[in-house]
Amino acid sequence: MRQIINFLIKYKNTLLFLCLLCLSLFFTIQSHTYHKSKFISSANFLTGGIYSWVNNIDEYFNLRKYNNRLVDENKWLRSRLTELSSKKIDTTFTDSTSYENPYHFTTARVIKNQYIKRDNYILINKGSKDGLATDHGVITSRGIVGIVEETSKNYARIISILNTNLSVSVQLQKSDHFGSLTWNGNDPNVAQLEEVPRLAPVVKGDTIITNGRSLIFPKGIPVGVIKDFKLDVNQSYYTIDVQLFNDMTNIGYVYVIQNNDQTELKELESIDE
Amino acid sequence: MNSLLLSNTARFIILILIQVVVLNNINFLGYINPYLYVLFVLLLPLNLSQYKVLFFSFLIGLSIDFFEDSGGVNAAATLVIAYLRPVILKFSFGVSYEHQTIKYYQTPITQRLSYISILVLVHHFILFSLEIFNYSYIILILKRTLFSSIFTILLILLVTALFQKKSK
Repeated sequence: MRQIINFLIKYKNTLLFLCLLCLSLFFTIQSHTYHKSKFISSANFLTGGIYSWVNNIDEYFNLRKYNNRLVDENKWLRSRLTELSSKKIDTTFTDSTSYENPYHFTTARVIKNQYIKRDNYILINKGSKDGLATDHGVITSRGIVGIVEETSKNYARIISILNTNLSVSVQLQKSDHFGSLTWNGNDPNVAQLEEVPRLAPVVKGDTIITNGRSLIFPKGIPVGVIKDFKLDVNQSYYTIDVQLFNDMTNIGYVYVIQNNDQTELKELESIDE
Repeated sequence: MNSLLLSNTARFIILILIQVVVLNNINFLGYINPYLYVLFVLLLPLNLSQYKVLFFSFLIGLSIDFFEDSGGVNAAATLVIAYLRPVILKFSFGVSYEHQTIKYYQTPITQRLSYISILVLVHHFILFSLEIFNYSYIILILKRTLFSSIFTILLILLVTALFQKKSK
């Protein structure tokens, strides 16, 4: 017994070192697993508060840019509006309960953005208080940004599309061939689209959109254009470089999409299995 | 002792804030960032007991991790250099460290440089290895380690030089 105590006293530093090292490695491994990194997160009141305080100052330097984006978006929306109202209005009766929009949008401001690491996260200034929850999609007027991973009361952490753990189901705009969008960790403006079958008509400059399969994003959210493509080693699938519409290094304001039918659809899918 | 505690606490908070507010947004040439908060571990009092050194180093690393959403990457890296610190101190400063007679700012620049460089290189190598977590990217890890280390070492020398003047 005495020897054990002596041993513990003699090696207490090494033991403390090993304990803390195991703890930090545990956190590290968790952070490399999607949907597991719950504990170490900047979405708490202290770190979130500091980031939003800093962002308040930083925001002023980008106001002009954000304004231009808003004007562009308004222009596009106005042209859509006149386009739709000039068409003949459908006079068939629709029950208002079935007419409800399944998607609910919330606006939020990005208060921390990362893009130089391989696993990047974004912090926004809305949280569970504003109805945000895990697996809500995040977009800007130009294209997709990521998926809400974790929420606190006032803040939410988004797993950015610039994260090697994330893959989003997307498709070609021209045809319905789909694949999954991932990121290889190199260029923050170029993502990789994989598993597009060889039969798909892939042309440089074609637009990639989301395909609504994942229940997170509605169909038709723009993603990017095809920059480059090549067949994989088996000659059966394309690997496509996608130039993103979003400038991921400067995001500013985002929309968070809540799919009201998500739970219902998920239940139906799980019955199938 | 109290003033020592106060100055170290202040250093702890100021270094974390500088790191997350300013330095993490530099992104020089796309990916090079200095990690100045390592300075906290380097400047912890030399006669502080080792388990306190380990604990405080872990704490500053974990705080940075909270801000960066990086799991336990920074905590692990700072913990390892805190553990290695006595060995490196002995290696760099030789006998005078063992007698605990040295004052950080009174050591020759070459000895100080070797102390800083070794710990920063080890820290950055572990940091980027764990962050990338894939040894098929070993070239990328080494590249980031080298460039970020140069940046960090220069910044540490600059900051310590500035504070040296004030304390005299």
